[in-house]
Amino acid sequence: MEQILNRTVLYESHLANDAVIVPFAGWEMPLRFGSILAEARSVRASIGMFDVSHMARIWIRGNESADFLNWLTTADVHKTGLNRARYTLLCDRFGGIIDDCIFYKLSDDEYLLIVNASNRDVVWNWLMQWKSKNFQSISLEDRTMEISMVALQGPRASSLLDQIAPGLSESIGRFRCVEADVGGIKSLVGRTGYTGEDGFEIMPASENVLQLWSLFKNLGVTQCGLASRDILRLEAGLLLHGTDMDVDRNPIEAGLERFVDMDSESVCTEALQVIERQGTKDRLVGFQMTERGVPRHAYSILSGNQVIGFVTSGGYSPTLDRNIGLGYVSSNMASPGSELSIDIRGKLVQAEVVETPFYSYRRV
Amino acid sequence: MYPADRKYTKDHEWIMVESGSLALVGITQYAQEQLGDVVFVDIIAVGSTVSQGGKLGEIESVKAVSDLFSPVIGEIVEINNQIMDHPELINEDPHGRGWVVRITPKDPLEIDSLMSGEEYMDYLATIG
Repeated sequence: MEQILNRTVLYESHLANDAVIVPFAGWEMPLRFGSILAEARSVRASIGMFDVSHMARIWIRGNESADFLNWLTTADVHKTGLNRARYTLLCDRFGGIIDDCIFYKLSDDEYLLIVNASNRDVVWNWLMQWKSKNFQSISLEDRTMEISMVALQGPRASSLLDQIAPGLSESIGRFRCVEADVGGIKSLVGRTGYTGEDGFEIMPASENVLQLWSLFKNLGVTQCGLASRDILRLEAGLLLHGTDMDVDRNPIEAGLERFVDMDSESVCTEALQVIERQGTKDRLVGFQMTERGVPRHAYSILSGNQVIGFVTSGGYSPTLDRNIGLGYVSSNMASPGSELSIDIRGKLVQAEVVETPFYSYRRV
Repeated sequence: MYPADRKYTKDHEWIMVESGSLALVGITQYAQEQLGDVVFVDIIAVGSTVSQGGKLGEIESVKAVSDLFSPVIGEIVEINNQIMDHPELINEDPHGRGWVVRITPKDPLEIDSLMSGEEYMDYLATIG
């Protein structure tokens, strides 16, 4: 079936800047502008920016909004303060992960939910289903096309933002958001990201996003594509839905318990309580290669000569100069130090389980 | 861009005859651009004999794994150790320090039958 792909407002700019464009989750997105590794290094050492307008932005409004989000996510939404952003999971009644997302509390009766591009329709249908069932008073609005999103990431992100909007970075703590004027462009600015660095996700009206992008570009910010973003998030131990987890996996086996409020009243709480009590057969772990080889998605993981799981994400880490990966293994092999081997196209290559994140800017 | 001191294949390898019976093999500028950042190289053992078009090993970029084929029949006598630790040399200098293997070609006529630099550029124009 021929699929018509969406384009972000910045698409023409990306083309003009020599981006390699690929189809991704229904969008034509920049994979890289130049060297993928150079883009990743820029973000770690200095600053880079990503067009993340493909991610879905859904507004939830009405005085039942908090109850609605609380029912559908694993977070205790009622405990979330104003102008806070939180990472959370949308799970079904079996505990399966429908999507992982970030919500922003914009007021007592207004929330913004940022959803993976690949799950936009599934999540929208899931939200609509519960709205019509139990939460008819709330309103849902998908504003993905009219509001764009740029992620400004790296140790220099705050100083660069302050160069444009003096004092702005100080007014936004980590995982908080404000409405701000960024170089004359009204935007919602969250101190969030998907790279393991300090940084901001900036949401202007789509008609202004090119101006914002150009402003950053003229200040020397490196344009980065999806490939470097994938490396950075892997190094930071951040999971990718559809790759590291999906609706057949639950937050316990994916190692995301810390984002689950077990006392919350949500559609998945009962299932997750049972899963937590019984334990899970598999567990998502981080591993590093101890012999030469690059682990990649879907390669088998073995203990001795027995297959005990598979790689979900893997690749070369430029920050650590090491080959790393994430994968599901039998829970009894999940502790750090466990020796594994990865079947790299027929060749068994040694690896060991390590703690994640592989990289944390707080540690260096 | 594509020096006249060597020959090229449609699989985007080059081979350059050195003095005596030795030749260096690497990948072309075009190939490295297509691959993007090379992060890993794996070559079959020194002493192995490969046929023309036979697999010499694998070159992995951030996103993909590609096979490296031998331009001619020959025996591998040396692997460029530098690219094992610094695969980025293949991106930085594919026709120079980023060479991959040294071989002893068995049939000099095979080399003659490959493309010249100019022919290779014409070939790139047809696939580009």
